[in-house]
Formats: sequence, structure tokens, C-alpha cells
Amino acid sequence: MSPSRRDILKAQAAGVAALAANISLPAAAQPVAGGVEALKIQWSKAPCRFCGTGCGVMVGVKEGRVVATHGDVLAEVNRGLNCVKGYFLSKIMYGGDRLTRPLLRKKNGAYAKDGEFTPVSWDEAFDVMAEQAKRVLKEKGPTAIGMFGSGQWTIWEGYTATKLMRAGLRSNNLDPNARHCMASAAYAFMRTFGMDEPMGCYDDFEATDAFVLWGSNMAEMHPILWTRVADRRLGNPHVKVAVLSTFTHRSSDLADIPIVFKPGTDLAILNYIANHIIATGRVNKDFVRDHTAFVRGATEIGYGLREDDPREVAARKAKDVAATEPIDFDAYAAFVKDYTLDKVSKLSGVEPGFLEQLAELYADPQRKVVSFWTMGFNQHVRGVWANQLVYNLHLLTGKISEPGNSPFSLTGQPSACGTAREVGTFAHRLPADMTVVNPKHREHAEEIWRIPHGIIPEKPGYHAVEQDRMLRDGKLNFYWIQVNNNLQASPNNTHEAYPGYRNPENFVVVSDAYPTVTAMAADLILPAAMWVEKEGAYGNAERRTHFWHQLVQAPGEARSDLWQMMEFSKRFTTDEVWPADILDANPNYRGKSLFEVLFKNGNVDRFPVSELNPDYANNEAADFGFYVQKGLFEEYASFGRGHGHDLAPFDTYHQVRGLRWPVVDGKETRWRYREGLDPYVKPGKGVEFYGNADGRAKIIAVPYEPPAEVPDAEYDFWLVTGRVLEHWHSGSMTMRVPELFKAFPGARCFMHAEDARKRGLNQGAEVRVISRRGEMRTRIETRGRNRMPEGVVFVPWFDASQLINKTTLDATDPISKQTDFKKCAVKIVPV
Amino acid sequence: MRSQDRPRLNALSLLLVVVAACAGSSLAMFGARSQEAATVTLVPRLTGTADPMAQNSIPPLDRPIVDDMRRMRNYPEQPPIIPHSIDGYQLTLNANRCLDCHKREFTEGSGAPMISVTHFQDRDGQVLADVTPRRYFCTECHVQQTDARPLVPNNFVDADDVGRKQ
Repeated sequence: MSPSRRDILKAQAAGVAALAANISLPAAAQPVAGGVEALKIQWSKAPCRFCGTGCGVMVGVKEGRVVATHGDVLAEVNRGLNCVKGYFLSKIMYGGDRLTRPLLRKKNGAYAKDGEFTPVSWDEAFDVMAEQAKRVLKEKGPTAIGMFGSGQWTIWEGYTATKLMRAGLRSNNLDPNARHCMASAAYAFMRTFGMDEPMGCYDDFEATDAFVLWGSNMAEMHPILWTRVADRRLGNPHVKVAVLSTFTHRSSDLADIPIVFKPGTDLAILNYIANHIIATGRVNKDFVRDHTAFVRGATEIGYGLREDDPREVAARKAKDVAATEPIDFDAYAAFVKDYTLDKVSKLSGVEPGFLEQLAELYADPQRKVVSFWTMGFNQHVRGVWANQLVYNLHLLTGKISEPGNSPFSLTGQPSACGTAREVGTFAHRLPADMTVVNPKHREHAEEIWRIPHGIIPEKPGYHAVEQDRMLRDGKLNFYWIQVNNNLQASPNNTHEAYPGYRNPENFVVVSDAYPTVTAMAADLILPAAMWVEKEGAYGNAERRTHFWHQLVQAPGEARSDLWQMMEFSKRFTTDEVWPADILDANPNYRGKSLFEVLFKNGNVDRFPVSELNPDYANNEAADFGFYVQKGLFEEYASFGRGHGHDLAPFDTYHQVRGLRWPVVDGKETRWRYREGLDPYVKPGKGVEFYGNADGRAKIIAVPYEPPAEVPDAEYDFWLVTGRVLEHWHSGSMTMRVPELFKAFPGARCFMHAEDARKRGLNQGAEVRVISRRGEMRTRIETRGRNRMPEGVVFVPWFDASQLINKTTLDATDPISKQTDFKKCAVKIVPV
Repeated sequence: MRSQDRPRLNALSLLLVVVAACAGSSLAMFGARSQEAATVTLVPRLTGTADPMAQNSIPPLDRPIVDDMRRMRNYPEQPPIIPHSIDGYQLTLNANRCLDCHKREFTEGSGAPMISVTHFQDRDGQVLADVTPRRYFCTECHVQQTDARPLVPNNFVDADDVGRKQ
């Protein structure tokens, strides 16, 4: 039979399409060519590489390459589901421009700040790096050395960084990009409960009667958690969903109570709800009497700008922005009494009916309620307050620490909790909620680390925004960035970040898998192994610690961040970096390399390579001669065991789909602070917030205060920045996956159609977004997923050719030092 | 009604496919070159421009692909992309426009592929009579594509090609 014209056309079309996609097709489907062996894929578990949800994925490997991924049906978090990013994890490591060799700026064969990136050996890279670090140490001391890490570091990478910086190089200038992400949440946990991280867990989703989203677009940013919210809401008609935001987005599509409020007025809404609970007599009096204490916070606390910024000068400022003083219930009730329905409705622009419905979700004693928040609360000049104000509502009603009643701070990064917070990579923190300012904490850390007393510096280092400022001012001169794209993420980067990177006094090193804006602005780029190219551990938003094995080899000479730090530590001796008086008192530490005192210390190196699982590679163990990850983890875990932060033994985590700490007697803890659910609550207590010495959580009286910058006649729009579903953070991974890229190929400015019409702008028109700091060009989007109110625009920050952070304001919450990326004033003009 | 099986290959689109194929191979060359020299080529949307703080003009918004042609999946577990317009589709508490065509009962009339059998399973793996609420928001996994061309090649290799054809 001769083929028809149609058959020929079909074959041609398939062939051409296959050519275009760079694949070869068999002439016809064949039955099991090569036998069943050729079909086999090796499957292993891993957590997803992207957000803080912490989904489990199964990773399929064939011939040393990841060929497929899917949701892990045994993972409690996602039970087999992934979002679109998760389903494309298999492609994130295979972008055509992976970095495979160290690249140093060179001119005439030597390092030069104005040189061209030139491939060099690891030896040369570390030589130049160490030389620069030692120059800075000699000239200015440890306070001029800094490191910027990440909530995407594995747990042992963060732990290694904190040891290397604080104990090795004696600098607290270590901060994670998590500062931009959830520092406000972390500070609020400490101020309210005396212990970081949520008391509840994701099991609350299936147990609650109401979800309230405060500045969280879970439908795009935490898609799998959103599937659990949708499952609960759609499957149980009595369940209600309230979504509060400064514009309408995909999460609003599931809302029974959709609320769009004026930026910053969430503080007033929260105080109104507290007032409503009190005024309608629905305070849980027993709970409040037994388990809470009332305080009043310092007010008028400024905006965390540079001291000489006119807005900072103009702000009347409390001496101690974090100060609180005890008050009683009556004083608190009198304080919130001002926040009446009428007043708050006018201030926030929200219909009174919606506010009342929202308040009832909290006030109604018959209804369980879960509150969620992410960047809307945390990236807020009063972010710590916002977090604490929502705790007020749960504490006043006793709706906390039990299934379905949960104030739940979500995180943006896969190990924001596990690495940034639990390990303590913030400028002031040590593992297990300890701080560098507390002499007892320092001493305890020095004992565990087996180093002499007095090594860990007591002064907190520069936080993220301060690091940018100090780089620019030439006070921070050696800077190492790992696992993040800080230049793209930094607020006001034209003025505060970029000049510092290119400041001739500074030497900037960036470890990354891909060439990012940050890498390209550095002096030395180190190629990094990523995700399943190394053995790793992450901790998600519900206190779940989960592990994965190294499944494939990184390309070329790329090495893990862990290997890079440990190898770098070999270049320093104690005599070079530790004070002479401490070495005089402890002569046995003389002449040792930092590698020896930090990692070959008889503790980190105590597990031999024979303990490795022979089915998986482990490059670091092979290089250093001991089971590095296990040694680091077990040493780290000794900080928290017995202190409410208990982690299971290392090997357990390779078997299970993660466990939620504290893990006591082999059992995880799903709800903390409640007797019967949390082994740390003393019998007979019922509820005990044991992070605070008196066992009580704090209810705080703080007011509404306006944002740092508000639109005026010239700069007439509110600018909100954020993310989109298809891209994660700065897009360095997702923009290299063709399907994700093609789904959302570039940033754009979401605007109300009427605002566009008034300015003569059509859909897709090119515009300049201009603030008092800088400007960027983009295109107008009046349709699509985000529906803006008039006067508010939204621009995502993933696009390296459209850096919206040129326009953002580097105002921070003065307590948490976290930037407010959600509120500044811009104008928009046609190109 | 949407058709998935019509081969729509007229002279113009064939030409476009060939152009795309050539572009693909030049990208592949770029990839190989960058690996060899281990230096970095500027791709503004990924790396920023040479001066990242300079203003640069922004190309027009890419157009959505609405040709209704099915695309091969990269691996069986991949959620298929949406090859048609979803402009103005309601996907809310009250309505799901996607299911109007892709729901089992409606596929005969619409000609659209039925939602996968996995979409009937609840969190405990039990098969329900209809789509599970946890799968209700289709766009968490299924996305539209635009005609934007990938910025760099992706060297992902199909499982079918690993070890067998190489």
C-alpha cells in the first residue's frame, strides 16, 4: 500500500518538529528495544529544590542523568502532587550555560578588578581568594570580611558557613538572603513565644474551618499548599477562605471573603479584629489568664533607612525600637478600642461588611481558623508588628497549638527554616535559637565546636541591607556570596548594591551554578554543584527536616558549596586569624589550619566513609576522607537535643520522608506547646509556651503607623514587587527550563486598565517605571492573573533584563531589618 | 470544538518550523562553545546586560501559542502544556471553565483530552466519582506557552535516548 499524502505530511511534520526540538525519532514505535533493562530508571527521593513548602519528589536517574521527576506519593506534604515548577525539576540542572570552571577577572595574566572573566584552576581561584581575604584582614580586621548565604544552602552548608565565619575568620558579618524573606517572622516568634518557628504544621489544613491569607498569594507561591486549601474548602462547604491583599490575584479566586486593602493598613485591620473580639465578649478568658502576658511596644520606630535619609531624619524615633513594657488586659483593651469598624474601614478602604465577616472567623468560638502569611507581612516596614498582631488574635481566642487552630508563617525558600533559622546563619544568631550577644550562648557554642573561649565575636554583624551599604562605603571589603542572586534581589540596587560590588577596594566572590547578574558583577565566580549533585538536607516551613543523596555528578569542575568552604578553610592558619592572647593561652591550637580546628576536630570527622550508602556517590566524603555531612549534622544536632530542638539521628532521615522537630524518642512533634501533643510541655500545664521563662506568650499593643514612602502627585503609584508561579525567585533555574520560560518569558507591569487608559497606554506598551531611586523599562499588562486596583502596580523581579529593584526603596523593618519590597512610590511614563 | 489531530502544515508554517530548527542548532552551537571556553555569554534576561544598571529597551510581549497542537511530553509524568487560549477563563470558587471541555462527561462533545485518571484520586489515593478538589486549580500544573524562543539550550536528555541510542 502506498502511503497517502496525509501520512507523508504527518511523518514530515513529526520529523521537522523532532529536529527543531533536537531529538531523534524512531521510524515507528518499537516494542521494548534493548529489553526491559533498557527501560529501567533508578528512583530516589529528594525534596523539591524550590519553595518552603518542602514537597517530596521522586527523581529518576538513568546513566548518570536525571531523566524524570514526579511527586512522591509517600511524602506527607504533597502526596504525589507537584506544581509546574516541581514537575520540571529534571531540567533545572541542564541549562546550556552551566558554569563548569572557576572564572577570575584577569588582565595581563593577573587578577584585576577591571579584568575579563578568565577560566582558572581551583587552586588559582582559592589562592587569589585567600590572598584577598588576608589583605583585608590585615588592613581592617575581621569586620571587613563578610558572607551572604541562603535559605537554599543545605543544612550542613549553612552550618559550615557559620563555623567558618564566626569561629574561623571571627566575623559575624554572615547573613542569609532569608533576611529579605522572613526575618520579620523569626523576630516575631522570638518576641512572642521565645522560640522560633510555627507551633502547628500542615496537618492543620485538613482540620480547620477557615483559612485567612494575610499578604500571601499561595495559589502562585505555594501551589501545593494551595491544593490542600482547595481540597479542604471545596470538599467541605462550611469552610471559609478569606484573602487579604493589596490587589486581586489567583488566591482571591477561591475566596469567600476577598479583601483588597490600602497598603500598610493591615496593621489597623488586625487591631480592629482584636477590638471586635473584646467588644463582643469572645475573649477566651481562661486561656488569656493562664497562658499570656500583655506588653506595649515602643512606637515611632523609623524605617531602617540610612541615618541621613530625609525620611529617617523626619521620623521621630524611639531610642530602643524593640523595647516593650508590661501592661494588663484593660490597658490593652483600651488601646485597641480606637480601632473601630468605621475608622478602620475608611483607613483601609475595605467594606465594613467584609471586615466584620473576617473578624467573625476569629471571634466565633465554634470555628477553627488558620492564618497564613508570607511576604505581604514579612516585607513590611512594620513586619514584626504585623506578625505579632496576628498572634494576638489567636492568643486572645486561644486558637493556637491544636489541630486546625494555627497562626502559620509560611516560608519562601526550601531551607529558610532548616538552614537560615535553625542553624542560625543570621548576623546575630547561633544554632538552636542562641545568639552571639549572649556570653553563655557563645561559650556553649565554643565548647561544642571545641575551640578556645573568646573566639566567637560578641557584636552582631551587618545584616543584608547593611552589607550592601558597607560594601558601597568601603567598610566591607571581602565578600562571598553563595546560592543566591543578591544583586538582583537587593532593594535600591543601583545606589546601594551595585556600586559596592564594583568598588575597587572590594573583592567579591560568587558561587553559583549559572551566570547570574550577581555572578557577572563579581570578581571571582566559583562553579557550584546544585541540588541532587550533592548530598543534602533542607528544613521546610512546618519544621520538617528532610534529606537526599547525591544522585548525579555535577558538570565539569563544579563543586558543592560545602566543598568550597571546607577547601577554602585549608588556606588559613589559626596564627593568621586568631588573636595572639587566645593562642598564648591555648598553645595546642597554634599552627593549625582552620580546616583542622573546624572540621578535623575529632567530632566532625568521626564517621568513616564506610558508613556511606554504597548505592550513592558522595564527592565530599571521597575528597576529605570522612563522612562529612554526617559529622557536621551530628555536631550541629547536639546544639538542640534536649532543648526543644531535637533532631533524629542522621541515618534516620535518609530512610523517612522527613520528620518534624522536636523528634523525641523517635517521634516527631506536630503541634508544639500543648500537653499530650508536645513532650516538652510539663504534665498538668495544658498549654505551656516554654520558650519564655514564665511559659506565657506575649500579646502586644502596637499601633498602625504609615509606610516609609507613599504616592504623591508626582510619584503617583504604589509599586508592589513579587513572584509568579512559573519562576522561582530570580529565575536563575526556572528561566533556563524552556517550558517555564515560555510560559512567562519576561517581567511586565500589571496595571488597572483605567490607569493605563488615562495615560494613553495600550496593553503591551513599553513604559518607564521611575522612582526617586532609579528606573527600569518594562511592558504594560492590563489583563491576566493579577487584577490591580487603580493606583497600584505589580512588577515581578525574576527578569535580569528588567531589574525592578532599581526602583525599590531600601527601607526595612527597624526590628527585623527586613526590606519592605511591597510599598514604595513610582510614576509610569511611556517610552 | 477543538481538534487535536489535524496536521496544520501549510507552506508558511513549514517554513517557520525550518527556521526554528536552524535557530535551534545555532543555539546548540552556542552551548557547545560556552562549555569549551568556559567563559560566559551575556544573555540579558539571564545574566543582565553588560552594564546591568543601564536602561535597555524591552522587546514586545511574546504571543501565546494557540495552535491547538498537542506537544510531546518530556517524560510521562509531565503535565501537558495548554496549547490553546485561556483568556478570560474563569477558574474560581464558583466555576471551572477548563472542566467544561476536559471533564470526562464532556470530552465526547468537545474533543478535548480527558483529565488524567490520577485527577480522580483524593489525598489518600482513593478514586472518587469526579475530579478531586485538590486538582481543581488546573493552572498550578498546566501552563500556556508563548512563542518566546528559549534563551539558552537545555541539555536535558529524554529517558528514551539515554543509554539506548547514545
